[in-house]
Amino acid sequence: MKKGNKAVFFIVFAVILAFAASTVVGLDYQYGDISTTYIHGLDDIRLGIDIQGGVDVTFEPENDIDATEQQLAAATEVIKLRLATLNINDSEVYSDANSNRIIVRFPWQAGEENFDPEAAVDELGETAVLTFRYGNQSDVDEEGNPTGEIILQGSDVAEAGTGQQPNDMGGADWVVTLKLTDEGKQAFADATTELATEKGTIAIWMDNYCISAPTVSSAIIDGSAVITGSKTYEEAKALADKINSGALPFKLTTSSFKTISPTLGSGALRAMVLSGIIAFALIAVYMIFLYRLPGAVAVITLSGQIAGTLAAITGWFGFMDSSTLTIPGIAGIILAVGMGVDANIITGERIKEELNRGKNLQAALRSGYQRALSAIVDGNITTIIVAIILMGAFGVPTSAFAKLLRPLFFAFGASTEGVIYSFGYTLMVGVLLNFLMGVLASRLMVMSLSNFKIFQNKKLYGGDKA
Amino acid sequence: MSKQLKIRKFTEHMHIYLIISAIMILCAIAGSLIFGVEVAIEFKGGTILSYSYTGDVDTGEVETLAKGILNTPVTIQTGEALGEGSEKSMTISFSCEEGSFTAEIQGQLTSSLQGKYPDNKLELLESNDVTPTSGRQFFYKCLVAALAASVILIIYIALRFKRISGWSAGVCAILALLHDLIAAYGTFVIAGFEINSNFMAVLLTILGYSVNNTMVIYDRIRENQKLMDKKTSVRELVNTSISQTLTRSIRTSVTTISAMLIISIVAVIMNVNSILSFSIPLTVGLISGTYSSMCIAPMIWVWWTERQGKKTVGNLQKKK
Repeated sequence: MKKGNKAVFFIVFAVILAFAASTVVGLDYQYGDISTTYIHGLDDIRLGIDIQGGVDVTFEPENDIDATEQQLAAATEVIKLRLATLNINDSEVYSDANSNRIIVRFPWQAGEENFDPEAAVDELGETAVLTFRYGNQSDVDEEGNPTGEIILQGSDVAEAGTGQQPNDMGGADWVVTLKLTDEGKQAFADATTELATEKGTIAIWMDNYCISAPTVSSAIIDGSAVITGSKTYEEAKALADKINSGALPFKLTTSSFKTISPTLGSGALRAMVLSGIIAFALIAVYMIFLYRLPGAVAVITLSGQIAGTLAAITGWFGFMDSSTLTIPGIAGIILAVGMGVDANIITGERIKEELNRGKNLQAALRSGYQRALSAIVDGNITTIIVAIILMGAFGVPTSAFAKLLRPLFFAFGASTEGVIYSFGYTLMVGVLLNFLMGVLASRLMVMSLSNFKIFQNKKLYGGDKA
Repeated sequence: MSKQLKIRKFTEHMHIYLIISAIMILCAIAGSLIFGVEVAIEFKGGTILSYSYTGDVDTGEVETLAKGILNTPVTIQTGEALGEGSEKSMTISFSCEEGSFTAEIQGQLTSSLQGKYPDNKLELLESNDVTPTSGRQFFYKCLVAALAASVILIIYIALRFKRISGWSAGVCAILALLHDLIAAYGTFVIAGFEINSNFMAVLLTILGYSVNNTMVIYDRIRENQKLMDKKTSVRELVNTSISQTLTRSIRTSVTTISAMLIISIVAVIMNVNSILSFSIPLTVGLISGTYSSMCIAPMIWVWWTERQGKKTVGNLQKKK
């Protein structure tokens, strides 16, 4: 193995420091009244109802419809799924069959800028009935309800996604792509074959709004369809999400809308933060006391691991959506950090053992890291397996892990359980970071430091003699 | 001078460990029979009462009062109406058996609240009997997820720990895990905490922690199996491995358990007692996780391999 370079320590240290600092502070650019967020900081973390409280909305079916118990249950499922696709991982949805009420609670705090609870509530109450009909946007009755004969409806869609399609201007437009069920495929093929000969139009409706009414130029028999008319990716994605979540049996109106204090009582957040800081400080002292130099490095890498996990929750990484932090989510972080500490302790003990066998410093460090690795790998991979199963079982049905595990959970409806998903999420991110920080970064840093003359005393690594 | 590691004879006390664990499991079962299991509204359904009020009301006092009348744990939350006006509201949520919350009790609760806070214009706005947010389907799905996780973990362990007859090692790891989950569950029941989403968080954390601990010990057994003389007994192999990892086990537990104790202490000082239903069962589960990784999983594994006639290190790898 090549001898570690002295500079490596400083490079790795600087990278971790810069990363941690940007996670905590975030990066905003204020121009007049407009603030653009480039990097999400800690302020952008959305906390769950249990820690921070939220809003409590009571829905009732419009026009005093007396809903059946099944309809109410179906509506509850749709709302849960919509909440999950809106990235609200923490929610409570209750229904009362006697009063026809559905009570929805989700986290929110007054003054939160990047989330509008009223818009979210409006979206939750929408019926979202998707229909493909013969005719165009002018085929409506006096009340604006579409009248064309239905070709396809929401239940004929197996899955909606987003994609791009070239337009006349030479650019590309965002579209919603639909994969149809077998029944839908047949119906769509029949209708398009018929319409293609007479160059007819199909109107695509979402409730009483006509999204687009394209002219059919050729028969579509492969069971795929696209919906054009979205201006941005976000718009296309929102529409696809809405189609995936399904339609409500009736429109819901809001009968009460109020804030609600944290389930755990006020002060829960402060207590958690305070104990987190105290616990981390004590662990830092303990690690440095036990393992000296590798201990100090461990404190740096653990900070990096925590910062990384928080970054994943705030949406620091552009490719990951931000998530809601609840007590189970915090439990995921605690477990991942605990395993990070454990990885450092396993390694520290191994280095000590090797030194006590009389090996020289370089050899002891190398074999110490090497031998500790298999235990850390097995412990962490088993944890990742658990995290993947949790995310697959309780995440949004269109997510990658959910698709992977579909054969296992096919018998269950889309019962999304955001809190458990968020545990799996923080745990998974934390454990992956544990490999990056606790295993790789700490090894690079310690090996690099051991090249300095002043750091070559074996006592600094827990050895018995100099 | 290198220190000589003291090899402790863990396997000699095998029976004591198993008896301790059996007593613990019996306590958890007895606890659920005697004290009953309090399942929270999100899993069981129950009633949500909304009151409007003016001025200030001490939610802690309301909680004690409501708990006394309803005879079940309650959650009190306050809030303000959004939109026009900003009327203050308070919700009392609790789970209960269907039909046990009568109009009579509701009237009694409302009048005693109004009696206690005569100046706050307390008024009942709404009363809803709600179905659970996560009902029976959720529990079944959890079971399937847990089963799937167990099977996959056993397969993983069987493959990674072929040297030490992996299948038995895998099953033992899952048994140890079950043991720790029961310990955490028992704490909830005996302490009278509600089975709510904190409960889920605790069980999931123990799941990861327990398996990780067992892996570390197995890893050492696997390594020693390679290094030690073929005639060494399986018992000595296990004793050596646990002894060698003992310092690590203790030190890791010290950090995780003290972190939980700090959370508990801060919660008590700041009077946020609801956090205790997270931190206390987790502390118990963490202690159990460390204990079972040393005294349950490897012991059952020793018993198992010996019954298969594999008594020495040399026997372990290949079937004869």
